[in-house]
Amino acid sequence: MKQTLWTLAALASHWRRRPGNLGMLLLGLAMATALWSGVQALNAQARNSYDAATAAISGGGARTLGSSRSGLFDQDLFVKLRRAGVNVSPVLEGLVRIGEKNVRIIGVEPLSLPRRSPIARLRSRADLIEDFFSGPGRGFASPETLRRFNLAEGAQPLTNRGQRLPPLAALAEAPPGAIVVDIGVAQHLLDRHEKLSRLIMADDETLDEARLKSIARDALRLVAANEESELDRLTDSFHLNLTAFGFLAFLVGLFIVHAAYGLAFEQRLPTLRTLRALGVAPMHLVAAMAWEIAVLTLAAGGAGVIGGYTLARALLPDVARSLESLYGAQISENLALDARWWFSGLAMAGAGAVLAAASGLLKTLRLPPLSVSRPIAWRAEHYRYLRRQAALAVLALVVAACAYGFGKGLASGFAVIGLTLLAAALFLPVGLAGALALGEHVARGPLARWFFADGRQEISGLSLALMALLIALAANIGVGGMVEGFRQTFGRWLDARLVAEIYFEAATPADAQDVETWARKQPEISAILPVFRAKTRIGGWPVDVFGMTSHETYTAHFPLLDAEPNVWTALHDQDAVLVSEQLARRLGLGVGTMIDVPTSHEEWRARVVGVFPDYGNPKGQLRIDHEKLKRYFDDASGIHYSLRAAPEATPRVIEDMQQRFDGKIARIVDQSELKALSTEVFERTFAVTTALNTLTLIVSGVALFASLLTLSGMRRARIAPVWALGATRSQLAGLEMIRVLVFAAGAAVLATPLGLFMTWCLVAIVNVAAFGWRLPFHVFPAQWLVVLLIALGAAFFAALVPLVRLARSAPTELLRVFSNER
Amino acid sequence: MKDRRSISRRSALLLALSSSGALAKGFGGLADKAPGFTIPRPGTPLVFPKDHGPHPDFRTEWWYVTANLTGADGASYGVQWTLFRHALEPNATRAGWDDRNVWMCHAAATSASEHLFAQKFARGGIGQAGVEAAPFRAFIDDWVLDTRDDSTGAGIERLRVFAGDRDFAYALDLTATAPIVLQGEGGYSRKSETGQASYYFSQPFFKAEGSISLHGRKMQVSGRAWMDREWSSQPLGPDQKGWDWFALHLDGGAKLMLYRMRSVEAAPYLFGNWIDAGGATSPLTGEDIGLEPLETIRIADRDVPIRWRVQVKSRGLDITTQPLNPRSWMGTDPAYWEGPIRFHGSHMGEGYLEMTGY
Repeated sequence: MKQTLWTLAALASHWRRRPGNLGMLLLGLAMATALWSGVQALNAQARNSYDAATAAISGGGARTLGSSRSGLFDQDLFVKLRRAGVNVSPVLEGLVRIGEKNVRIIGVEPLSLPRRSPIARLRSRADLIEDFFSGPGRGFASPETLRRFNLAEGAQPLTNRGQRLPPLAALAEAPPGAIVVDIGVAQHLLDRHEKLSRLIMADDETLDEARLKSIARDALRLVAANEESELDRLTDSFHLNLTAFGFLAFLVGLFIVHAAYGLAFEQRLPTLRTLRALGVAPMHLVAAMAWEIAVLTLAAGGAGVIGGYTLARALLPDVARSLESLYGAQISENLALDARWWFSGLAMAGAGAVLAAASGLLKTLRLPPLSVSRPIAWRAEHYRYLRRQAALAVLALVVAACAYGFGKGLASGFAVIGLTLLAAALFLPVGLAGALALGEHVARGPLARWFFADGRQEISGLSLALMALLIALAANIGVGGMVEGFRQTFGRWLDARLVAEIYFEAATPADAQDVETWARKQPEISAILPVFRAKTRIGGWPVDVFGMTSHETYTAHFPLLDAEPNVWTALHDQDAVLVSEQLARRLGLGVGTMIDVPTSHEEWRARVVGVFPDYGNPKGQLRIDHEKLKRYFDDASGIHYSLRAAPEATPRVIEDMQQRFDGKIARIVDQSELKALSTEVFERTFAVTTALNTLTLIVSGVALFASLLTLSGMRRARIAPVWALGATRSQLAGLEMIRVLVFAAGAAVLATPLGLFMTWCLVAIVNVAAFGWRLPFHVFPAQWLVVLLIALGAAFFAALVPLVRLARSAPTELLRVFSNER
Repeated sequence: MKDRRSISRRSALLLALSSSGALAKGFGGLADKAPGFTIPRPGTPLVFPKDHGPHPDFRTEWWYVTANLTGADGASYGVQWTLFRHALEPNATRAGWDDRNVWMCHAAATSASEHLFAQKFARGGIGQAGVEAAPFRAFIDDWVLDTRDDSTGAGIERLRVFAGDRDFAYALDLTATAPIVLQGEGGYSRKSETGQASYYFSQPFFKAEGSISLHGRKMQVSGRAWMDREWSSQPLGPDQKGWDWFALHLDGGAKLMLYRMRSVEAAPYLFGNWIDAGGATSPLTGEDIGLEPLETIRIADRDVPIRWRVQVKSRGLDITTQPLNPRSWMGTDPAYWEGPIRFHGSHMGEGYLEMTGY
């Protein structure tokens, strides 16, 4: 132990002499940990919020009953079950609009809620619970929700439909982003009289399928306690996406750690040899180094976890808003993380540090006490290294091919991407060595030949940093291409989808009729297109059903991926539906196949006559004839309309409608506003992806910087002889710069096809598995140029410091190389 | 006359909806007048079958049944079934969830070794709980007290009562052998010297027959049952802390109801009613009644008297009561002691004892 301590002290003195090296190591480890744990924090926060949303009402882990057909079911079923002795509690959920914001309303019945439910615990407070369902009632919202929606306690905001909410009260237990009201109040606010969304079963309720069927026939279905919530399922791909990026950033960060630790190892070789010569056993050396790593992990990992927390806090509003706009999920913006998260961040830092330091530790274990440097042997060593790299690259490619051939879904998509990146990274030094060998072969003049030969020698030292750069660049091209491709497709799709000039939502179906009657008489309005909607569930998946009337707006513009020749006639005259791409992929549907659609009455069998793209929608969508929608779905909302009007008359028509139907129209927007809204949703979706991508690139730049710094120390030994032979310092510095830039450019060139392949994987495998739609594959050469410039810029600045130092180094320093050669 | 009942059921709900900390507020609320609610007036005749149904203009009312039973195995059993309506505000009876009545039901089944109980809460207006006058039907979820299919009249002569939980269930047919008994002055029951009152009638002459099942062991049973009906809006005094109440079936057919209201400050208030085998009633005053606890046990961290000496001097009654199961503790919201008892001494018989506020 004493020996280990002294050894540790001797080793640690290095950090005092080289604070820059220590800083780099700590920075790398902290950055890797920060990015990884930041992403994990975002995921954990989102999942906690989903759980909180369910648990706040049911107490968590409760079995529920839901409609087996469309979204809502009759309250009578609740009464029937209760009268049969089944212990269930009703819930009605929905959105109301207050000003410009959607607020989730959760209606509960406090007397029947399971005892574990946090809301049910209010039963112990007579004043609260009586107020809840007597008088004007009470709306419970968490303090954070009140803040977010800018509502005060006791306020009674008016919904856009002109209904007054009950007085609001802050309640910490309320689920994020929602206002909990009495079930009766909710039915009133949501205009869903005698309708319920689900029933929560008491913990000891033993209801089984057979009994349920005997009471409710097939109107309700049992949802197991461990069945993922809809939100969990819908958002899974989003979180997997984040995790993949977090991991990528972590790996790139580890390259820095590796480079920094490699430098430390190089510089401490004499110390290590001396210690060995003094009789310190290799095991003691390794033990001391392990202690050192543990301390570093605690320091850097701790800083990293705090950094991750900060990062998560910075990104959380964006993540929360994209989850909200994409999935309607409410994420609490009060970042709260449990101890597990802190520990896992530290564990990840520790694992990363050990991984990055592994080669150094192994070398130490094998270190012969009396070894001298063997510069000549590097060549044989180098060839072995290159052969091993090439073999590993081939192996990674074979595994990637297998993952593509046999794998399925998201995981295999990410595996293909990850393995291909790895293969390319492993191959990078081999390719560069080949290119340099070729250069050496054709070079004329001793300095040029030295330039290439020396470059080859340096590859192994720089290769890890170059690999990191390659991966970051490829990811940048890949993700950038996917996002940009999506942006263009999405824009074109929006143009085709949003043809009508005006979109409005009436407060009630009766109000809608009034507006419709008025609109028919307006000369500026050329068409009134009702877009009524209903909800159903096919194959356990939530599906929106939209009605369509026969009109040029659709026949000439509505984007279709695939369709029968007379798709529009068939849609209106036959039992036919259009299905969204997501739904088609999920259910294995195509044009001509049949689909059974659960309606309010019985299943409706229809033929698929077309498939349409529906980007960004987590739910499935069906489009059917307007009249059939009204016939099959009793609870179809009759309040959504599109209007065709002369574009120049549009602002006037909207203003006119707003004045005439104040209160009867809940929302009205014109085409450009709706497009802007949709685009905003899109941008938010990728805001986090882009942010992580940029951070990864920055980390790889730092990795390159760290590696060059590592090498610059060793370079002096190699450059000094060339200088002694007559090359000037500035000449040498210029050559050094050229070499670094060539390496970076090589990485950028290799990154381009790799990035394209990644884009392809993302659009053809990952997106299809994650979201259910496939984007056309686009190529953006301008992006490649940007990436090349970024690579060269990063390399230039990374090389600048060591080179300026070299150019300015006094001749005596270079001479000293010869006096104390290792 | 029946104020102990008012307190029992009303405070039961308030306690159910409140913690002990909120109790003061609950009682405080009851000490207020009941603005908007109807107040019982003397001389108002009870009308049947209408008065079997709910009285939404009153704040509170209950339908209450206890039965002393003997099983086919010769052992004694008891059951309790009480449905309670409490209006949170005047004119509480409305359509759907707008209804402001809260319904609560307590059920228990007792043997010498077991006391099993359960409770239910429900809101009015949606059909989950409620009472209809004719044909008579009181229900909350699957628990019912309603008219039997073989009944011909519009009264409560032939009823069926059912309650069940995980561990117990009972289903009894109740058949009246004498007409209902109007308490107090033709159903107007004075509750204190300060003029508080309720409407009140009873049916203490039920023959009970059916089955009881404890932990899945089902047993045929028969015996006697007692039903109480009372409605009121009356406030209570703020210093009342609990009561002891007896409903006794005397061998020979007479019935006896007695209670003792315990006050924080004043001496206990005693009252009673002697119902002869034909249904004729004679009120008993405090001086005539003697109620004396003989033995207490520790139950649910409280000292509860379980053996009593009961006297009605004018009737020469001097008996000692003994619980069938001393641990007949209702761990409901609120908690109280209620269970079947037997008695001996000058008279023999059986009945029910309820004790609250311990």
